[in-house]
Amino acid sequence: MSDYVLETVDLGISFGGLKAAQGINLKIKKNEIYGLIGPNGAGKTTVFNMLTGVYQPTTGEFYLSGEKLNGASQESINKKGIARTFQNIRLFNNMTVVRNVMVGLHNRPEYRCGFFTSVFRLPRHFKVEKQMRKKAKELLDIFGLLDDRNNLACNLPYGKQRKLEIARALATDPKLLLLDEPAAGMNPQETAELVETIRFVRDRFDMTILLIEHDMSLVSSICERLTVLNFGTVLAEGETAEVLKDPEVIRAYLGDDE
Amino acid sequence: MDILSILINGLNVGVIYAMIALGYTMVYGIAKMLNFAHGDIIMVGGYAIYVFCAMSGSLPMFFGAILISVVVCTLLGITVEKVAYRPLRGASPLAVLITAIGVSYLLQSLAQIIFKSAPKRVAVPDLGKIMIGELGIKVSTLITLAVSVAVMIALSCFIRYNKIGRAMLAVSEDRGAAELMGVNVNKIITITFAIGSALAALAGLFYLLQSPYMTTTFGAMPGIKAFTAAVIGGIGSIPGAMVGSIVLGIIEAVCDAIPAVAPYKDAVEFSILIVILLVRPTGLLGKKRREKV
Amino acid sequence: MKNIGLALKKIKWKHYVNYVIVLAALIVLLIAGASGGLKASTNELVLKIAISIVLAVSLSIVVGFLGELSLGHAGFMCVGAYIGGKVAVVISEKLGGGIVTFLISLIVGGLCAAVCGFVIGLPALRLRGDYLAIVTLAFGEIVKVIFQQSKAFGANLGFDTLRYDKSFRQNFYIIALILVLVTLAVTQNMIRSKHGRAITAIRDNEIAARASGVDVTKYKLIAFVVSAFFAGIAGVMFACTFSTVQAPKFGYNYSIEILVMVVLGGMGNITGTILSASLITFLNVKLSTVLTGDLAVVKDLVYALILVLIVIYTNAPAFKTFREKHNLKAFTLRIFKPKKDPSRIRDDEAKWSNIPTKINMDELLTVDLKVQESVQSPDKGGKNK
Repeated sequence: MSDYVLETVDLGISFGGLKAAQGINLKIKKNEIYGLIGPNGAGKTTVFNMLTGVYQPTTGEFYLSGEKLNGASQESINKKGIARTFQNIRLFNNMTVVRNVMVGLHNRPEYRCGFFTSVFRLPRHFKVEKQMRKKAKELLDIFGLLDDRNNLACNLPYGKQRKLEIARALATDPKLLLLDEPAAGMNPQETAELVETIRFVRDRFDMTILLIEHDMSLVSSICERLTVLNFGTVLAEGETAEVLKDPEVIRAYLGDDE
Repeated sequence: MDILSILINGLNVGVIYAMIALGYTMVYGIAKMLNFAHGDIIMVGGYAIYVFCAMSGSLPMFFGAILISVVVCTLLGITVEKVAYRPLRGASPLAVLITAIGVSYLLQSLAQIIFKSAPKRVAVPDLGKIMIGELGIKVSTLITLAVSVAVMIALSCFIRYNKIGRAMLAVSEDRGAAELMGVNVNKIITITFAIGSALAALAGLFYLLQSPYMTTTFGAMPGIKAFTAAVIGGIGSIPGAMVGSIVLGIIEAVCDAIPAVAPYKDAVEFSILIVILLVRPTGLLGKKRREKV
Repeated sequence: MKNIGLALKKIKWKHYVNYVIVLAALIVLLIAGASGGLKASTNELVLKIAISIVLAVSLSIVVGFLGELSLGHAGFMCVGAYIGGKVAVVISEKLGGGIVTFLISLIVGGLCAAVCGFVIGLPALRLRGDYLAIVTLAFGEIVKVIFQQSKAFGANLGFDTLRYDKSFRQNFYIIALILVLVTLAVTQNMIRSKHGRAITAIRDNEIAARASGVDVTKYKLIAFVVSAFFAGIAGVMFACTFSTVQAPKFGYNYSIEILVMVVLGGMGNITGTILSASLITFLNVKLSTVLTGDLAVVKDLVYALILVLIVIYTNAPAFKTFREKHNLKAFTLRIFKPKKDPSRIRDDEAKWSNIPTKINMDELLTVDLKVQESVQSPDKGGKNK
């Protein structure tokens, strides 16, 4: 079981009588870039929400590197090593870019700082602040956001906002990064650059990535394996090239390619 | 004090809360905001009746006073929505909340400048009681009960069968989608506030029938208690407003019947509110709502 | 010399503005009071302003930084005033009427209020916005009713506070201003730290905050507890300033007045909050002689109007561009850095500078506009989003 960074066993959730997702079995290996695709409403974000603790699954379990994370709160799941971005960007709009990333650094053990330590301005506070700011700037620099660091997050153009969200997620030092439609609203150039970025993140941060995406060019160029969802159940899974040729999958999408 | 008289006392109070709560819950369900000023619109309506009744005093004029009160409140509600709440559509809910409080405070202060703080006796007709054996139910209570049930049924039918009513339901479910479907959201919300404010005027009238004194804080406490009732019954649910109000009225009557508890009855009611919000925030009849992540 | 200059440049001066303002006021008052103490009216004004500042700054923790509406702030003050005031009366028999008694009553009053803050914080974990506002309102009313009814605290008539020693009373304004400084220090130090960032993150996007690992429970409770603690401190200060403590004084109206101070000063702007609290208190005192009896409500009307107008102006989406062009920041930018006109910056493509990319952007972006003679090429744009 510990070979896989993420393993879900018959994961599922029902809302009232509606089975939003059922029978989800994912096995994601380290450093894989795994795709979760399917038509709109298939339940992909629901799966993300279960993996990050927003919803509690009604059936099945999921394990991060062998550790069962069912029932854990969102905060503790993040501490254990799962970070995510959102379909509709969720930034801290009234905070500056650098502070957005610094929030992501909050839980890292090296930046531990007690409440009274900060209130009484003990030396540790200053040390921690300086280090956090330095680390945040490093992350921003990687994503080309360093010049914008003192701008408010809400004032950034769309493409930069998406990158900031990724940078913040990486700041939490995750083992698994969940990207929810990272290419939404991007033109082909930006999408191509995003492909490079995701590969870069995987290599530079030793990351495992699970991504939801509609853009098939992105999916086919970057995902190694896929799971296809339709109406909350798994339609197909396996190597990307195989899955995309599967007639069932094509029928579910009916030529939806961008 | 036996159970039956407690129940009747509870009914006396509860039906008033029901009229107020219906307006509250409608606005909350459709415009998705807590109109803190609702209680103060009731107060304005009450003063309108006071002014008009003071000027005349005969029964047909009394009905005229009611009409004027309804018109005044409706216009006031529409104006408040247009001037104070509509500009803030899309802003943070905190801003809308603070504005509503500001409007409420504004209305109270205005009323105090015009009418001063001494209570005014309103010349409403005394309708007396109907006696069943030894128990007396106030006629005004029965009228209020009848009207609130009628309003409840009328609203439920309106929302289900009338085109505008269905549009209101759509706006309450998903404002964006309703707009995309061609619903004029501005008009719908204006109508919502109009109906809610008209109900507030009627609530003020029925309250005066029970206790004919006007003060500037006439609507404030009943407004908060009616909100409590709406929450108990399930905010956003029309039958819930009814049920919650009767329940709250009975609780209040029970408190009044126990001398040791009576001075603390407000505290008791608010504590129940807090408990309900913690344990079952959707109330007795409300629906669970999930925030989309 | 150069090192001192560099060190001076590194200090973020704007962090200390608030301390400077209060210290300056303190120094002015010390000088004025050097010969024979302050005039009674000035003394009372200063104390009232100090209490208002503590209340407004502590409320802004919850309203401005956590982003939740708390309508029961006066309730926390009530707890501090009653309990702290009572403790002072009780222990003064053993410990006299000086600073020791005061400090003990201060701590007790503050801690009791803090416990209440914790109790209110618990519903805050599950409720938001409207519901939470009502709960805080309900709490304020419950507290008022309980103290108003309890015989131990004098029921409707309230109770008489301790009459401290003359020397203590004459110099109390110094202690009051020191307490203001303490409030500022704790609040600012908390806000300008990772804890403050966690709190504002919860305000801006609670779900994203949870997803980033912020312990929302802990920080919501911290915000309410610290806010209530200082409201309690203000209550104890109140018990020191006035001769009786009566529950009706700490009602909904007072909570609204403090809210007006916070909103007027600018949410999350502590300097603004200090100034607006001072201004409103000053006006209250000066106008109370003019606007007597029923005219006093004109003041309330004006406050309500200010509240509504300011909230609409600062929050309405329709005014956003107007606001951005005409606020203080834009004004200073226009004077000092004329190049950076915000309206002229265009959306630029995301610069992926540090990421090694195989795509030759220049080549990609160069378009050959020469018209081909032979073939009428169909639309080559293809799919673009």
